[in-house]
Amino acid sequence: MPEQPYEPDRVIAGTGAGGAMDLAAGEAETLEKTPGGPLGTGPQGKPRSLWSDAWRDLRRNPVFIVSALVILFLVFISLWPSAIASGSPLACDLAKSQDGAGPGAPFGYDGQGCNVYTRTVYGARTSVTVGVLATLGVSILGSVLGGLAGFFGGLGDSLLSRLTDIFFAIPVVLGGLVLLSVVTSNTVWPVIGFMVLLGWPQISRIARGSVITARQNDYVQAARALGASNSRMLLRHIAPNAVAPVIVVATIALGTYIALEATLSYLGVGLKPPSVSWGIDISAASPYIRNAPHALLWPSGALAVTVLAFIMLGDAVRDALDPKLR
Amino acid sequence: MLLDVRDLHVEFRTRDGVARAVNGVSYSVDAGETLAVLGESGSGKSVTAQAVMGILDSPPGRITGGEILFQGQDLLTLKEEERRKVRGARMAMIFQDALSALNPVLSVGDQLGEMFEVHRGMSRKDARARAVELMDRVRIPGAAQRVRDYPHQFSGGMRQRIMIAMALALEPALIIADEPTTALDVTVQAQVMDLLAELQREYRMGLILITHDLGVVADVADRIAVMYAGRIVETAPVHDIYKAPAHPYTRGLLDSIPRLDQKGQELYAIKGLPPNLMHIPAGCAFHPRCPMARDECRTDEPPLHEVSAERGSACHFWRECLDERTR
Amino acid sequence: MGRYIVRRLLQMIPVFIGATLLIFLMVNVMGDPVAGLCGDRACDPATAAQLKREFGLDMPVWQQYVTYMGNLFTGDFGTAFNGEPVIDLMASAFPVTIRLTVVAILFEIVVGITLGVLTGTRRGKPVDTVVLVLTLIVISVPVFVTGLVLQLLFGVEWHWVEPSVSAEANFGELILPGLVLASVSLAYVTRLTRTSIAENRRSDYVRTAVAKGLPRRRVVTRHLLRNSLIPVVTFIGTDIGALMGGAIVTERIFNIHGVGYQLYQGIVRQNTQTVVGFVTVLVLVFLVANLIVDLLYAVLDPRIRYA
Repeated sequence: MPEQPYEPDRVIAGTGAGGAMDLAAGEAETLEKTPGGPLGTGPQGKPRSLWSDAWRDLRRNPVFIVSALVILFLVFISLWPSAIASGSPLACDLAKSQDGAGPGAPFGYDGQGCNVYTRTVYGARTSVTVGVLATLGVSILGSVLGGLAGFFGGLGDSLLSRLTDIFFAIPVVLGGLVLLSVVTSNTVWPVIGFMVLLGWPQISRIARGSVITARQNDYVQAARALGASNSRMLLRHIAPNAVAPVIVVATIALGTYIALEATLSYLGVGLKPPSVSWGIDISAASPYIRNAPHALLWPSGALAVTVLAFIMLGDAVRDALDPKLR
Repeated sequence: MLLDVRDLHVEFRTRDGVARAVNGVSYSVDAGETLAVLGESGSGKSVTAQAVMGILDSPPGRITGGEILFQGQDLLTLKEEERRKVRGARMAMIFQDALSALNPVLSVGDQLGEMFEVHRGMSRKDARARAVELMDRVRIPGAAQRVRDYPHQFSGGMRQRIMIAMALALEPALIIADEPTTALDVTVQAQVMDLLAELQREYRMGLILITHDLGVVADVADRIAVMYAGRIVETAPVHDIYKAPAHPYTRGLLDSIPRLDQKGQELYAIKGLPPNLMHIPAGCAFHPRCPMARDECRTDEPPLHEVSAERGSACHFWRECLDERTR
Repeated sequence: MGRYIVRRLLQMIPVFIGATLLIFLMVNVMGDPVAGLCGDRACDPATAAQLKREFGLDMPVWQQYVTYMGNLFTGDFGTAFNGEPVIDLMASAFPVTIRLTVVAILFEIVVGITLGVLTGTRRGKPVDTVVLVLTLIVISVPVFVTGLVLQLLFGVEWHWVEPSVSAEANFGELILPGLVLASVSLAYVTRLTRTSIAENRRSDYVRTAVAKGLPRRRVVTRHLLRNSLIPVVTFIGTDIGALMGGAIVTERIFNIHGVGYQLYQGIVRQNTQTVVGFVTVLVLVFLVANLIVDLLYAVLDPRIRYA
């Protein structure tokens, strides 16, 4: 829509209830600014690039350190859950149904008499797998499509913009319900596939915007004037400068994909038992929430901490990359 | 004395350290007088003005010492509410870029009228009428119709007239104009400057004109204060300075004005860059760039020497500087 | 302005067609739509074939789509398989969800903007930190957990409200579900307002307002807020469509018989016409809401002129 002086970020729309997929979308637009000290009096002579500056900031930011540690821990337990939890998440004893904390079960037992601690630890694998793979898929597909559309413009760009409009018009949770309700495979792949299918327009829009901004920079124009090839321009000059907003939005989106997986499992269309997932456990615990709140609160807590860690990480990265907010 | 700034110190605390933006500035302005404050960006001329106005960004800005006597009253000891009533009513400010300094979503009539509503308790309707008068006063054509327009609908020169009208609204005793014509086309610059000078004479206001344009200064200023690295390095009546500067920095500024009689010659430029305010050089802050620097300039900070009754120069060798004028 | 609206309306057509076609295709991969009609047993082939003919399901998908859209423009949203016209379901479901959305939007406006202004003008102060942490918690806890916990606390434990909403679903009953539905957006509105305020607070025109000697309150409400709210209004406007479509989880928790409930039932029972009909209306709501937001933008910011 070239007639609009501003593009109001409609990225936020299309958000379903549990799956607020676009926290930083609006906020990330301010990223393509060059750093500069207040009063223009930063230490002179020292070269300061956006990335080295950001990294220096991040190392000193407690929010970044804490969230990065939480994420490392999550990755660790999803690779080797048995390192901190003994027994199988599927070994349940109905006699212990809804029991409180006991030896070997610090979080108590759920309605099926399963060890909530063990299940919570093993549930991390599902969440991390879905989050990481969905984000990777969305980022790659979105950046490539959005980046190319932004770089070349023309008919392809217009078509892609309309296509993203179409996807934004469909609420995410609703799309998930419709697409996943027929899936019988009880693995993470359909869930990931659905997220990539409905999630790429968000990244594509961000990537397109930042490529267009980067393309208009003077040094890129200069490279063009010097006869740089398209591929060289894209890879050497534009991509490094356009990638920051994508990284920020993708990090935050990762957290929301994890929440979305749980929401879909709660609605009964994500993973189903005997798979182990926080969403399944929360859903299963909800009918007897009054008698055994621990069975609901521990997986919910784990889920919230995980989502929070990714949001905070994305926030910290954004703050580090955005000199304006310093 | 209308305004008397004494030994003002301002610093900015940032992530990278403390920037000493103003280091012991003293200047004064009388009713009807125009003081031009000259200096490069980062010399502290705008920060001093913001401190006087009470609109310093704080944090990170902080006034760490000095007095600002305005009509006999030390503004720095006033409560915020009393200070607020001084702003706009008794002293007003004109900003450099009227497009960003005016609120984009309010009509100019609203923004002008607001002065009367807030400070004089007028009704919206009366305030609107006064806004039209003001726009007439600064010679905006078709004021009655244009009062409803938004800032972006005016040309640059007209916008700056609106800024002037806003500053004049309550006939303040002092106006601070921070680079009022820098953002304008050269042809418009003169018109706006003439208007400002004319209104100043008419209302007998004190005017502090902050600028880096020596050409503007020669026409309208009575006195000049030259600032460098947060200090005043030279202060003098305007004609004395043009005739014979008493500080090498002032001389550098004057020599870097293109002149018709030097056509074809290389234009002079002061070598080097303004200092980093976090690491101001010891001794005379100007010594790394000064053509006449000697050993003592690197260690001893020069005080403001009295050159004559009305002149001061912060150079150890101000006499030599005056003599070299005939080089 | 008029020409702009016409052009935008024209631009909406391909998006509308694309989105409905997309959902139509998605619904059609849902599997055998007549499977659910014969109770628990599988239908015998003859009955299935007859049912398919009846509903036009033996035609190719594109033809079904064209037929469906054709009917739609005559006001015929089709029939649910239980024989009830889809339009009747809509007539009972939409008022409920609209009320729920109104409650949610009110929460976003009143609570979200207030908190955003409070924190944006006090960056780094304790109240800022506390609210910021709260918004992060609200954002990171999935809505269904928030809903279940609030329902337990307010409904079951403290008896402040009824834990599930009656068939009338009047405004009083919808306060808690509305808060749950709004929760995540509420947190976004707070953060967005805060960011916007904090950014604009350093702008030149705010400095001018201070230099004019305006009282702090006036500087904030008249100068700072009006400029800062432009992106917030945009967000809230586009959120309307998302809230209505996203009420599935909330309506399920509180047993509200609104759009989300009907959609969920339609999907679970593989009721094609119900799902497509409701989604079509939701897409329309979303598109119209976006258009209104863009027009509102021009009202709020006089620099924007659509031609």
